[in-house]
Amino acid sequence: MQILIKGARVVDPGNLDESKDILIKDGFFEQILTPDSHAIEPDTQVIDAKGLIAVPGLIDVHVHLREPGQEYKETVASGLCAAAAGGFTAVCSMPNTQPVNDNGQVTTFIISQGKRAKSAKVYPAGAISQGSCGTNLAQIFDMKQAGIRAVTDDGLPVKNAQLMRRALEYCKSMDLPVLVHAEDKDLVNGGAMNEGLPATILGIKGIPNAAESIMVCRDIALAELTGSRVHFCHMSTQESIEAIRQAKKRGVNVTCETAPHYFTLTDQDIPPYDTHYKMNPPLRSEKDRQAIIEGLKDGTIDMIATDHAPHNADEKDVEFDRAAFGIIGLETALPLSLKLVLDGHLSLNTLVKKMAKAPAQLMGLSNDITPGNAADLTLIDLDSDLIINPDTFISKSRNTPFAGLKVRGQAVMTLVDGRIVHSKI
Amino acid sequence: MRFEKKNILDIHSLSQDQISMILDTAFGMKEVSERPVKKVPTLRGKTIVLFFQEPSTRTKLSFELAAKRLSADTVSIAKSSSSIVKGETLIDTAKNLEAMKPDVIVMRHSSSGAAFQVSQRVNCSVINAGDGTHAHPSQALLDMMSIKEKKGCLKGLNISIVGDISHSRVARSDIVGLSKMGANVRVCAPETMIPMGIENMGCTVAKNMESCVKDADVIMMLRIQKERQGNMLFPSEREYASLYGLNKKRIALASPDVMVMHPGPMNRGVEISSDIADSDCSMILDQVTNGVALRMALFYLLAGGSRHADTD
Repeated sequence: MQILIKGARVVDPGNLDESKDILIKDGFFEQILTPDSHAIEPDTQVIDAKGLIAVPGLIDVHVHLREPGQEYKETVASGLCAAAAGGFTAVCSMPNTQPVNDNGQVTTFIISQGKRAKSAKVYPAGAISQGSCGTNLAQIFDMKQAGIRAVTDDGLPVKNAQLMRRALEYCKSMDLPVLVHAEDKDLVNGGAMNEGLPATILGIKGIPNAAESIMVCRDIALAELTGSRVHFCHMSTQESIEAIRQAKKRGVNVTCETAPHYFTLTDQDIPPYDTHYKMNPPLRSEKDRQAIIEGLKDGTIDMIATDHAPHNADEKDVEFDRAAFGIIGLETALPLSLKLVLDGHLSLNTLVKKMAKAPAQLMGLSNDITPGNAADLTLIDLDSDLIINPDTFISKSRNTPFAGLKVRGQAVMTLVDGRIVHSKI
Repeated sequence: MRFEKKNILDIHSLSQDQISMILDTAFGMKEVSERPVKKVPTLRGKTIVLFFQEPSTRTKLSFELAAKRLSADTVSIAKSSSSIVKGETLIDTAKNLEAMKPDVIVMRHSSSGAAFQVSQRVNCSVINAGDGTHAHPSQALLDMMSIKEKKGCLKGLNISIVGDISHSRVARSDIVGLSKMGANVRVCAPETMIPMGIENMGCTVAKNMESCVKDADVIMMLRIQKERQGNMLFPSEREYASLYGLNKKRIALASPDVMVMHPGPMNRGVEISSDIADSDCSMILDQVTNGVALRMALFYLLAGGSRHADTD
């Protein structure tokens, strides 16, 4: 059985940007052909993709799948199906499960659940420290053997600089990137939204920008000291972006991501005490939002991730300061990011770099649309209008601030290993 | 004029006219408390729930007396006796309360926005009796009433608020309300207690205590929250008192007929010296008296008053 994707504009940065027919066989890209220049063999499923964009499978390097431990919020299967519905062919799952993914057994379990889901792929990240407690290194080599692609104590900062240094050195020898959750908890001090006028008006304790950038600066220093690969998660402030920009100029081996909400919303957009807008780091000011867009434009921000953080309604339908941090993002990320293209901030080519190629590089994968590679592919319809409706989400959770938002452009088909795992065609 | 608001959640959402109407009503209510029989039948048959999830003596008592003087039935729930200690959520508790058909829920809660969140889920009126560090509208209104009573108007007055602005819902509501009514509001505190952007809420930030109280018509001192001292806000009470305490020397810089206010409870000798707290310029106990009248006005306007003239 073969699949022929016919007549799509293929946008594969550094490789292709033209109208092509893509032939897929046995789960792999078989041939990339000039349209109408070839015969179609019998037993070929032909997908008419005229007017659509074919891009390498999108990869989200920052999602929370909640399994094991909090399956009522999300499971590996429900999260991966939500990813596929959002156009992602693979995700990197954060280790703050219960128990924490700090050993080979948990890693193996997550990977096996991922295979059973028969949807998008999962590449787990393992914890830096045992239990993500920030005291002793986790069994990183065991986890690497089991299949982790990165380490992080995401959800928590590594407070101890010495432990962070050792983690960077240890992972360097294994060529594993270290993903940094940059947050100084002492400065956060129980804050629940961005420090600024909106927080002052609402009487909500604020989180200053420095709570993020102070740790970004520390870990840039440690990256310089060790020469290891450091990747900063969910960047939200002007100061962090500027620090990373300068570090990159000096040749420090750092990368970073931001999430769609940080270039879409600010703390001014938060309706009074609406916990769907509560996330960590918090929505920042307009100045920060502009700095994020600028960072995406000039390449300081390498990729867009979602920080997909599912929570049950019960954990959000409470007082603002007591509500869980985090929003889901897998099924809204692509339309929100495409707005950067529609608004003229990024070319489509650059966006694909940030949502497909750079994430693949971070995880040590190749998702080029080229014969021999696994056929992981996303088909995008740039012209389809839709209104974000959480009732249609495949994720088990509904905690999004984007309900009712009008957006343009979405993934209409997702193929993983040559199988159609999501289709709106 | 009809009073159109269903809830009193903050000062921000009240118009100048609505504030004036509340104050005028409160002046009328004050007379009731001075009668030998301090009770009128205005809210007979109405039920008011006092839902206090945070410790409070004077505010709760003030609301309770206000309700009783209007002949409403009151029930009160404290944190220790509510199902919240059994793990029930705020919203579920509120829905249960509403199912018992009260007319007004008066709510105090340690989380900012709690009263707002409850008001969106219930059909009865909600009065915010203090939520986290957000708002304390009835306190700000009784402060305005006390100033107006003494000074005749609010417009053009220099009003200085001194103390922990960051953690004070009273300060936030006073700043918004007084500036809305045309007063010039200045605030002063160590930088650790000045929240970001406060000058955009209708006040100026004075550099020091002296410049803050200079020519002030009203000085409002806020309680130093001793329980927050461990939070690195200031090194010692002694140092705070010497920099920001209101004493004779400092009050001499203010207008000759300055009035001094404090929402209570006071730390004598820290933010305010006893000789000033007990002096003729102190309005501290008048505030308490006016509090009952003001809260009677709120109940009247929300649960009776012009919307239910037949119960008068």
